[in-house]
Amino acid sequence: MGLLDKEFSDGNIVIAKVDDLFNWARLSSVWQLGFGLACCAIEMMATSMSHYDFDRFGVIPRNTPRQADAIIISGTVTLKMALRIKRLYEQMPDPKYIISMGSCANCGGPYWEHGYHVLKGIDRVIPVDVYVPGCPPRPEALLEGLLKLQEKIRNESLRKKSA
Amino acid sequence: MALKTEHMVLNMGPQHPSTHGVLRLELEIEGELVNKVTPHLGYLHRCFEKHAEAMQYNQVVPYTDRLDYLASIGNNFGYALAVEKLMGIQVPERVEYIRVIMAELQRIASHLVAIGSNGADIGALTPFLYLFRDREHILSIIEETCGARMLYNYIWIGGLSHDIHPDFVRKTKEFVNYFKPTIVELDNLLSFNKIFIERTANIGILPVDTAINFGASGPTLRGSGIKFDLRRDDPYSIYDRFDFEIPVGKGLMGTVGDCWDRYNVRIREMEQSLRIIEQAVDNIPEGDVQSAIPKRIKPPKGTVYKRVENPRGELGYFIISDGTVNPFRVKVRAPSFVNLEVLGELCKGNLVADIIAILGSIDIVLGEVDR
Repeated sequence: MGLLDKEFSDGNIVIAKVDDLFNWARLSSVWQLGFGLACCAIEMMATSMSHYDFDRFGVIPRNTPRQADAIIISGTVTLKMALRIKRLYEQMPDPKYIISMGSCANCGGPYWEHGYHVLKGIDRVIPVDVYVPGCPPRPEALLEGLLKLQEKIRNESLRKKSA
Repeated sequence: MALKTEHMVLNMGPQHPSTHGVLRLELEIEGELVNKVTPHLGYLHRCFEKHAEAMQYNQVVPYTDRLDYLASIGNNFGYALAVEKLMGIQVPERVEYIRVIMAELQRIASHLVAIGSNGADIGALTPFLYLFRDREHILSIIEETCGARMLYNYIWIGGLSHDIHPDFVRKTKEFVNYFKPTIVELDNLLSFNKIFIERTANIGILPVDTAINFGASGPTLRGSGIKFDLRRDDPYSIYDRFDFEIPVGKGLMGTVGDCWDRYNVRIREMEQSLRIIEQAVDNIPEGDVQSAIPKRIKPPKGTVYKRVENPRGELGYFIISDGTVNPFRVKVRAPSFVNLEVLGELCKGNLVADIIAILGSIDIVLGEVDR
């Protein structure tokens, strides 16, 4: 911190575009809703824990949707759960992002054909930003998904209203 | 002067960080005290039993993975044993040994998550980080063998999907040596931590007869002091060849059958699993792991029930065969589902904050509860 202290000790100014500043702030603190659904939730936990350390990308699990920027749909979405997820999504403040993790959330996965109680893809209920394939995806795949999401946030603009 | 309290109904879940997935509990509370707990299920109902009827016998194996997703190998194991019993298949010795080693490694991995989340729920997040570090060692051993980290599809009917890799024995021994001192570290970090004991000892006491009447099994039953383990009492595979003890709750920190006892049973079980692995890993005979896999899996007409000791308790498969390539019916006796039933008994009269500790000590997996 020593360098920065000297840099800003006498009231310097930093010039940046609003878009860049906002996007930088948003992409480096994607707080996710701590919300596990099924098998993928264990891999999501493994990603947050010591070996893979989600924290280094600024991803911290929050326990209420009102403090969350992103929601990772980690696992099979049943018809009963879909309504609850929609409500959780609606409670989140804008801008909000969704990572669909695993085959089940992407398209129904192994339960696509005979799963009479499984939603065939979370995108039928809420809009998805990044799809992460796998059953379950490796933690590296989830990290890649997050990097893709950051890339997407980096290219956003205040003028072009994002969905 | 007694404070006036109000009867209130509180919803916990399905989105709650401590419900281990998507369980919804309906709490009827009187002030801080809980009068009644009603679990609501079905938020993760994935139609396993209906699904199995549409699949061929060998195609069901990957779906059994997804029942108790923390102990996939145990699920494969039970299903494979059931179908093998129905068809009268004798698997080679090598397969038996590898299956047992894998199942015990998986038991340790599963207990690590159970213990870690139990601690994390009541405020001790640090052990969770330590335990996931150790879990990665097990996952990498299994991954090198069968290519998957969590849902393995490893134990097939009559054999295994892959033979073990040449480094397997060395790495497993390395892990055993690494993990023994780690259990001591965990004991110092969490088991005998004053705050943890305060939160779990004398909380959620499960009396012996209640446990039996509800049909509880696994660490939930053994925590109440009953020495019942299917590996010893109804030995399957080659478990009768190994020397191991069955840890039970003794009420070291409080009363027999409290949350701490159930927690401690898991830790001591990991030690016993290490013992089994040590005995098995040196004696793996040579052979072909796929020699007994039938070309066409078409069991004769009949029914079979086979039960195994999964990390969470007695996992049973009841299969009806009508002589075709598809099972007519596959019923799963899921330990988490049965153990969850005692939650209502345990929570009566406890504080709201203790429900988390009790639920964590029962250790349910929703994939198995709802199926």
